[in-house]
Amino acid sequence: MSRAPRRPASLARPRGQVGCPACAEVEEILRRLDPALRVEGADLMARYRRALRKVSARAPAERWQDRLIVRKIRPGASVLDLGCGAGDLLAELMCRRRVRAQGIELDPEEVVRCVERGVPVLQGDLDHGLQGFPDRSFDYVVLEETLQTLHRPLTVLSEMLRVGREGIVSFPNFAWWKVRLSLMIEGRMPETERLPYRWYDTPNIHLFTLRDFLDWAERERVRILGGYAYESGRVRPLREDDNLDAEEALLFLRR
Amino acid sequence: MSSPRKYDPPDSPTSVGWTRPQVVRLADARRPFRLECGRTLAPIDVEYETYGRLSPRGDNAVLILHALSGDAHVAGWDATAEAAGRPWRLRKPGWWNGMVGPGKAIDTRRWWVVCSNVLGSCYGTTGPASIDPATGRPYGCRFPPVTVGDWVRLQARLMDHLGIRRLHAVIGGSIGGQQAMEWALRYPRRLDNCIVLASGARLSVQGLAFNMVGRHAILNDPLYAGGDYYQNGRGPDVGLAVARMLAHITYLSEPGMHRKFGRRRNAGAGGEGGFGPEYEVESYLAHQGRSFVERFDANSYLYISRAMDAYDAARWGRGDLVVACHRIRARTMIVSFSSDWLYPPRQSRELALALCRAGREVTYVDLPSDVGHDAFLVETEKVGRLVQAFLESGGPGR
Repeated sequence: MSRAPRRPASLARPRGQVGCPACAEVEEILRRLDPALRVEGADLMARYRRALRKVSARAPAERWQDRLIVRKIRPGASVLDLGCGAGDLLAELMCRRRVRAQGIELDPEEVVRCVERGVPVLQGDLDHGLQGFPDRSFDYVVLEETLQTLHRPLTVLSEMLRVGREGIVSFPNFAWWKVRLSLMIEGRMPETERLPYRWYDTPNIHLFTLRDFLDWAERERVRILGGYAYESGRVRPLREDDNLDAEEALLFLRR
Repeated sequence: MSSPRKYDPPDSPTSVGWTRPQVVRLADARRPFRLECGRTLAPIDVEYETYGRLSPRGDNAVLILHALSGDAHVAGWDATAEAAGRPWRLRKPGWWNGMVGPGKAIDTRRWWVVCSNVLGSCYGTTGPASIDPATGRPYGCRFPPVTVGDWVRLQARLMDHLGIRRLHAVIGGSIGGQQAMEWALRYPRRLDNCIVLASGARLSVQGLAFNMVGRHAILNDPLYAGGDYYQNGRGPDVGLAVARMLAHITYLSEPGMHRKFGRRRNAGAGGEGGFGPEYEVESYLAHQGRSFVERFDANSYLYISRAMDAYDAARWGRGDLVVACHRIRARTMIVSFSSDWLYPPRQSRELALALCRAGREVTYVDLPSDVGHDAFLVETEKVGRLVQAFLESGGPGR
């Protein structure tokens, strides 16, 4: 076997260090862009430089969606949580909204934690679909931070809108400006507080953007009843043009 | 081989200690018991054991249902083993000793635990070896066919006798799991929680096939004598041992057997013209067959295996399992074991999904294990964690 050629020293930069060579790469990208896009690109660049000056010591907001979902769900409703983890959301809904709760989770350890807190959970793989669940058998079907980990995301989405009267879905937006820049400037797969994985150990196998998702909804005639964006530690109602600003999105859907 | 399993002795703080089976007459000529087959049976005695203390409000009763070869002796050491002619109980505590006791998963400091031997068995409850009052001789195969439904109705009669109107939980594995299901279906308002281990709504066709071969071995043993072997000195021991050995293989799994025995040979193998037990697995199975014959009645095996064949939870929905599940009010937990090929995970899943489709809250867990169907008896750590959690969690906000 022949030996692999050595990488030039200039390409073997340690990650995280953004020096002049990276900036030069970005300048080159900006030069290649259409004049129309160049403005957006330059704006991004400026924001990235500003962001780099701040040291971000903010702890990631775990499951920021939960309290919004709890607020949204009416008492006594039925809720199916796909990928329910240890049952945090369902336990809260059972306590505060007296819902009929049902979780589905693949990880055996998480399943046991659900049992320990009295959350009904079916151990199963969402990628095998929701066959066996009748149409509209739940008021709400929740898919929190799970869509991007599925092998067959569209099947699961349409199944959730078949089984539930309303779907509640949240996901990381891969078009968030920081994600875009980390790919653009560093030329590496992004790592953020909310996506803290390397390319080889990430569970996120189908990455997409808010715009991608809205395209799908339009194509499938799925109505967006409302939504929220998570941005820099704050939560606010989703705007029309949030593809750049939303780090994560939470959407309420109906077929 | 692993080191011999350690049992906690009767004086251990985690043991229920010395136990004494109790027998109660639940049916007699004045109050006969009508079976699902249409025939009535009397008298009926039922042997049962209880552990722990019933709370003043009577709300801590847990009913355990045993499997094919099980009995009412769930935990602890039988103080009457010698006198009752059950020497095998001198060597071992009850069949779920690892699960039931003070501080164990089914904690007898908290729960009042009860288990009774099923109708047709041979451990103190009336069965084919009992005396038929009409003839003064053992019933043999004139004993009426029994069903899981009959067992559960008789258990309900026992609960009435003990003054238990509502059970905190029913728990069973294998055909005991089917009894637990039957409880939830037949008496939806008499239990709060139902735990079904290594079981399904019905036995698979492969299971039917194995049971048939087992019965075939018994029925064709020349000493079976049409079921009237009780006065002959010897019964169909060879047939019963074959049935047990075959069944025992279905309780294990290929990887589990590989780990336990491999292809290791016995020391000094050979004999019997080269067909003696050559490999460790052979002597193990032969031992299982022999020790089973010592403690079980062939007719009981026939009757119980038939009840196992016949059970179908969907009967409560005229063949539709989802319709049947609409009857259930109890919180239900269904547990399967990944290497179980007698009641494979697929069947447990089907049952869980049917409950879900019927709009019932259900918990289904497929535990990874390589010991096969026996996992519900052997994997006490994994099973215990789940059972304890489920028994003690009424659910948030309840």
